[in-house]
Amino acid sequence: MDKPYERSELQKARERWEAERLDPALAKVSRPRMPSDVRQERLYTPLDGENRDYQDDLGFPGEYPYTRGVQPSMYQGRYWTMRQYAGFGTPEETHERFDYLLKQGQGGLLVAYDLPTQLGFDSDDERAKGEVGVVGVAVDSLADMETIFGGLPLEKASPSLTMNSAANVALAMYVAVAEQEGVPAERISGTTQNDILKEFIARGTYVFPPRPSLRMTVDVIEYCTANLPRWNAINICGYHVREAGSTLVQEVAFALADAITYIEACLERGMDIDAFAPRLAFNFSASANIFQEASKFRATRRLWARLLKDRFGAKQAASLMFRTGAGSAGSTLTAQQPENNIVRVALQALSGILGGVQSFHSASFDEALAIPTEHSALVALRTQQVLAHESGAAEVIDPLGGSYYVEALTDQIEAEVNLYIAQIEAEGGMLKAIEDGRAQAQIAEASFAQQQQIDNGERTVVGVNSFQDDHDPEIQLHRPNPEQVAAQIAKLQALRKERDNGAVEAALARLEDEARGDGNLMYPILEAVRAYATIGEICGVERKVFGEYQTAAI
Amino acid sequence: MSMADSKARKTPIRVLIAKPGLDGHDRGAKVLAHAMREAGMEVVYSGLRQTPEAIVRIAVEEDVDIVCVSVMSGAHNVLFAEIMERLRAEAGESIPVLGGGIIPAQDIVTLKEMGVREVFTPGASMAAITECIEDLVPV
Repeated sequence: MDKPYERSELQKARERWEAERLDPALAKVSRPRMPSDVRQERLYTPLDGENRDYQDDLGFPGEYPYTRGVQPSMYQGRYWTMRQYAGFGTPEETHERFDYLLKQGQGGLLVAYDLPTQLGFDSDDERAKGEVGVVGVAVDSLADMETIFGGLPLEKASPSLTMNSAANVALAMYVAVAEQEGVPAERISGTTQNDILKEFIARGTYVFPPRPSLRMTVDVIEYCTANLPRWNAINICGYHVREAGSTLVQEVAFALADAITYIEACLERGMDIDAFAPRLAFNFSASANIFQEASKFRATRRLWARLLKDRFGAKQAASLMFRTGAGSAGSTLTAQQPENNIVRVALQALSGILGGVQSFHSASFDEALAIPTEHSALVALRTQQVLAHESGAAEVIDPLGGSYYVEALTDQIEAEVNLYIAQIEAEGGMLKAIEDGRAQAQIAEASFAQQQQIDNGERTVVGVNSFQDDHDPEIQLHRPNPEQVAAQIAKLQALRKERDNGAVEAALARLEDEARGDGNLMYPILEAVRAYATIGEICGVERKVFGEYQTAAI
Repeated sequence: MSMADSKARKTPIRVLIAKPGLDGHDRGAKVLAHAMREAGMEVVYSGLRQTPEAIVRIAVEEDVDIVCVSVMSGAHNVLFAEIMERLRAEAGESIPVLGGGIIPAQDIVTLKEMGVREVFTPGASMAAITECIEDLVPV
C-alpha cells in the first residue's frame, strides 16, 4: 500500500487542484471527450481505490482471484498463441493448407465452415444456393472430414471447429475420423465453439429453438467430459456480442450470463462442477481502447473466479480460471483507407496482451474488403511478433496492475457487470431474455447509439467520418469456382448412392427416437455420422423433432 | 430537401428491410430499421434467412414503397437476381430496390444492371440511406 494518506487531506488537495488548476485550464481550451462505454474521470488518484485490498482483490498471478493472470508466469513462460483466421474453399484445399501448417509446426488449426454447413444444410439444398464454399469449407458428410484430416498427425492438429447449431455433428465427424486414423479418443485435443446462446443474441446462426439448442450444447459438454478429456467442449463468446454492437459491459455480462446458463444446465444433468468447469473457455473482443480492454480482462478473471467459487462451489483451481482467447474487433476495421487498420489491429492486440489473454487472433488490414491475401495475413502475424519481441509489453506480468486508472476501471467494470447479470436474472435469466427478445433489443439499442455517434460526429472514426480522402475502397470477395461447387455436389450425390442406405435410415430413426426422449444425442449422431449420413439429413431429423426458430419481427 | 419531403408526405413511406441468404449479420439492418423509424418511416423487417420468394411475398403483402436488401455472405449476385426477377413479375417496376452489404465495385455495376437503384457499402451513413429513400419514393 502507498504511504498512508490522510484521506481528508488528499481529498482536499484534489478538490483544490480541480478548482484552481484543472477547471480554469479547461475553461480556456477543452476538446470534446471520446464517447465511452464506461464512465471515466479525467484523472485517477489513490482516492479511487481506497477499499481495495491487495490480497483479496488482486493477489498474485496464477492464484485466486486471478485478477493479474491465470498462470503464475504468464508470458514469461511462453508467449500467447498467435492465431489467424484461415481456411476456406474445398475439403481438398483445406487439407493441403493444414498439411502445410502442421509441417511448419503450427497446431491450433481453425476450421471455418461455410454457411450451409453451419446451418445444417447439404451443399445441394435449395437454400445453399450461392453460399457453398464461400465463407468457409463445405462439409456434407464424414467423407469430407476424411478428405480434410485423413493422413494428418491428428494428435498435433488440435483443430478449432467453428460450429454452433450443429457442433454435435462436427464433433462426431472429428471423433469418427480420429477412430479411423487410430488415434484414441483420450488423445485428441481441440475445441468446438458450441456456444449456441450467443447465436440468438448476436451472430444469428441458430437453427432450433433455444431450449433444444441448449440441450444439444450440454450433450456435447457431457460427452466430452466423459470421453474426450483433452477437448475444450465449448468456447463461450463475448466476441460476437460486442461485434453485434454491444457495449463493453454488455459483452462481459451476456457472455457470463450465457456461461451461468450452461453451468446450471450441466449441473441439472447431475454433472460435477469440477469435472467440466476446467474445460469451459472463452473468446472475447479487443478494441483499440487499450486501458478499458485490459481492465475488462482483469475484471472478468476476478468475476469468473468469484462466481465459480462462491456461487457454484467449485473447488479445483482450474475451475476458477477464466481462460480466454481474444480477437481484433473486426467491426471497427474500416473499408476506407484500409492501411489504417494495421495500426488499429496493433492496438487491439496490445489490449489483449496487456489484459493477459491466452491467445490472440489478429485480423488482416483488408478484412472489411476481402478474404485476407497472403501478404495481409503475414502483416497481421508480424504485428503480434513485433508486440511480443520488441514492445516490452510481455516482459512484466500484468504491467498495468497498480495503475490508479486501470485498477479503478477494473473495479468499476466488475461492479457494472454484476449489476447487469443481476438484472438479467431478476427478469428470469438468460434463456428468457433471449425468448422475450430483450437481450437482442438491448444490444440493438447500444449499436444504434454507437452508429448515431458516428453519424453526428461525436465519435470519430479516422478515414470514415473524419480525415477522409477520395479514394473509393476496392472490395474483393473470395469466389468459389463454380466447378468446385459442382464437384462438391456431385461427390455428395454419389455418396448418397454408394453408402449403405439401410444403415443410414436405421441410424436416423434411432436419432429421432432419442431426440423425442431425453437422451444425449451425441451417441446416435455419432452412429449416423459413421454410416455417412449427411449433415442435412441429421439436422433434418432434428428440425423435424424440434422445429426451426424464427425471431420475432422487430 | 429530404426533411421537407418527409413532412410533405400525407402517408409515411413503408420500407421492407430484407435479409436473404444464410448470414446472420443483421447489425446494420437493425440499426437502419431504427434510423428509418426515427425518420418517420414505417419499417417491416423480414428477419434472417428469408428466401427471395418470401421477400417478394412480404413486399407485396405489406404493400411497401421500397425494399432494402442486406447481404453480407457474398451470395449477393445470385440472391439479387432472383429477387429482382420475382419482384418484377409480381409488381412490375413499381417498387424500387436498394442494396447494402460487403459488395465489390464490379458487382455493384452488375446489381445496378439488374435494376437495383443504389448500393451502400460499409461506412455509409444512415442519413445518406434515408435521403436516398426519400428521393426514390414519390410524394
